[in-house]
Amino acid sequence: MNQNNTNDRYYTRFSLGQRYLHGVLMATFIGLALTGMTLRFSHTVWAAAFARAVGGFSAILFCHKFCAALLTLAFLIHVGDITYRGLVKGQRGVFWGPNSMVPRLKDLKDLYGHMRWFLWLGPRPKFDRFAYWEKFDYWGVFWGMAIIGISGYAMWFAPFFARFFPGSWLNIALLIHGEEALLAAWFIFAIHFFNTHLRPGSFPMDLVIFTGRETEKELKERHPAEYERLLEGGQLQAAQTSAPPQWLKIFGRLAGIVVISSGFVLLILTLAAFFGGK
Amino acid sequence: MRWTLAAIILIGFIAPAVRAQQRAECLSCHSETTLADQDGHSVYVDGAKQKASVHGSLNCTDCHASIKGYPHPEHPAAVNCGTCHSDEAKDLVESVHAKASAEPCLGCHRDPHAIIPVKDMQSPVFTLNIPQTCGSCHGNPELAKKFGLANVYALYMDSIHGFALTKDGLLVAASCSSCHGSHKILSHTNPESRTYRTNIPATCGSCHAGPEAQYFAGIHGQQLKAGNPQAPVCADCHTAHGIARVQGVSWQMQTSATCGNCHKENYATYLDTFHAQISALGYAETARCWNCHRFHDILPPSDPKSTVAPGNLVATCGQCHADATVSFVSYHPHADPHDRKSFPALYFAALFMDLLLLSIFSFFGLHTILWFVRSFFDRPKGGLRAEGG
Repeated sequence: MNQNNTNDRYYTRFSLGQRYLHGVLMATFIGLALTGMTLRFSHTVWAAAFARAVGGFSAILFCHKFCAALLTLAFLIHVGDITYRGLVKGQRGVFWGPNSMVPRLKDLKDLYGHMRWFLWLGPRPKFDRFAYWEKFDYWGVFWGMAIIGISGYAMWFAPFFARFFPGSWLNIALLIHGEEALLAAWFIFAIHFFNTHLRPGSFPMDLVIFTGRETEKELKERHPAEYERLLEGGQLQAAQTSAPPQWLKIFGRLAGIVVISSGFVLLILTLAAFFGGK
Repeated sequence: MRWTLAAIILIGFIAPAVRAQQRAECLSCHSETTLADQDGHSVYVDGAKQKASVHGSLNCTDCHASIKGYPHPEHPAAVNCGTCHSDEAKDLVESVHAKASAEPCLGCHRDPHAIIPVKDMQSPVFTLNIPQTCGSCHGNPELAKKFGLANVYALYMDSIHGFALTKDGLLVAASCSSCHGSHKILSHTNPESRTYRTNIPATCGSCHAGPEAQYFAGIHGQQLKAGNPQAPVCADCHTAHGIARVQGVSWQMQTSATCGNCHKENYATYLDTFHAQISALGYAETARCWNCHRFHDILPPSDPKSTVAPGNLVATCGQCHADATVSFVSYHPHADPHDRKSFPALYFAALFMDLLLLSIFSFFGLHTILWFVRSFFDRPKGGLRAEGG
């Protein structure tokens, strides 16, 4: 927040569309987790109190379905965008290469190198644009949305679903919907929050998903392979962008604080309910 | 013949006159309001009230039989109501109240000189007044403590019976004596008692004839008849004194847990379902045990007449899920993911999910801890964010 560094060079990390996508994902995920966990742990005092505060189970289910529909829309737009760019426009970079989310051999090597670095056994790997844990986050959410989404819609339209599949599958749908949601919520609220925001070096919050921009220093430190690649390819100039406006940083900080803190509260409550039974 | 007739006429005229004369003799002392015996107990008698009571036509010595004339002993023998009321006296001797006090009759019938007909609204044993009369002992926390009685009065007064009787004034509503009897009140541990376990359905059924018939048609009633000591009776589900209105949401909210007192496994698997989850959040319109299994005439699924028999499930589930089909009802509302034999697909799905969660959190848990420690020692000097995003 030092205002004397406005001459710093900034580089684009996320497009406006990607930031909106994450925004919708973040908002609906919190909404889904809050209402879903209330149902999952309905026997707890906090769940009953929350349900009473928001107007009962009907309000909770409405909110859950509303967020689900919104997230489904965002998911479909994202899949449509990737399909269009990758298949129709033939941008091979979408499916392969340093800018793609598809895992490469380098990710495995980076994981191994990172673990060695954890144990003071080697240098820190030079990560490219998307590090292996960021790809894992992406695919975790992708797989999670598919599993939770399909099982959720099966239950939402249970009699319709039962026209094509045995009703006993609904038992499995409820089970994996709940377990996968628990996995997703705990992963996001513990692992993702730590990896991207809370670990030393990022603490208390990394605003790049809100501003879409990172400084040259951040780019060099976090994505050295990308920096070198851009520098050698002469693309660094093209990736440069303006400094993020102050209001965007304030907005990002506020939204981040709200989401991270509510995620943490929910993490503690659900962990206590899961292991404590109350 | 002529003499006999004359004697009857003579007695008919003379007897009341003699009686009146005796009453007047007794009352000449006992109408004194301050009259007391040696121990200081009042021996005052309100002559007018006594005259108006059901015993108004009796002579004082009809009851105080040990008194033959004046002066009488300081402590005449106790009055024996059983001289006339022999059936009631016999019942009372067998009852739990036999030793309750020296004068058990008066505990309920109160002032012995002012006993009025049971049908009189002023009588302490008039139907509408019975709860207060019984409650004068059974609603007293000290007495309840002394004799180890449950404080049933408060429970009854807040019950549907108590409201109907004391607030709405319904004579058909159950008072204490409707279930416990009046003179022959026996302990619920006595097999002859109206409130003994196996007698409860008949006791409740004396008013609730419909539910009684349904109960004995259902598995609970059949098991009771077969001598199964675990078979539930009315009071096990409805409680004995605090019986609530079954249409009330607060009561309906508790019903599943009530069934769960005995049906522990089925209750546990029910709690895993969406039905139970939304119920726990205070939503009334969801499936509880009795929505599917019914209540008094509950039958096991093996019985083709049962609402949960395979052939009837579409209709039963269809009560809420209007478009339920045969496929839809293959959903199992009591599926147990730990039961590999009955639910193999669910068992392995649960196992897979458990392993998935365990492996991901083990790996990333360790990853995160190691990362934290390492990056703490290697954090960028001055921070990265200072300038930018």
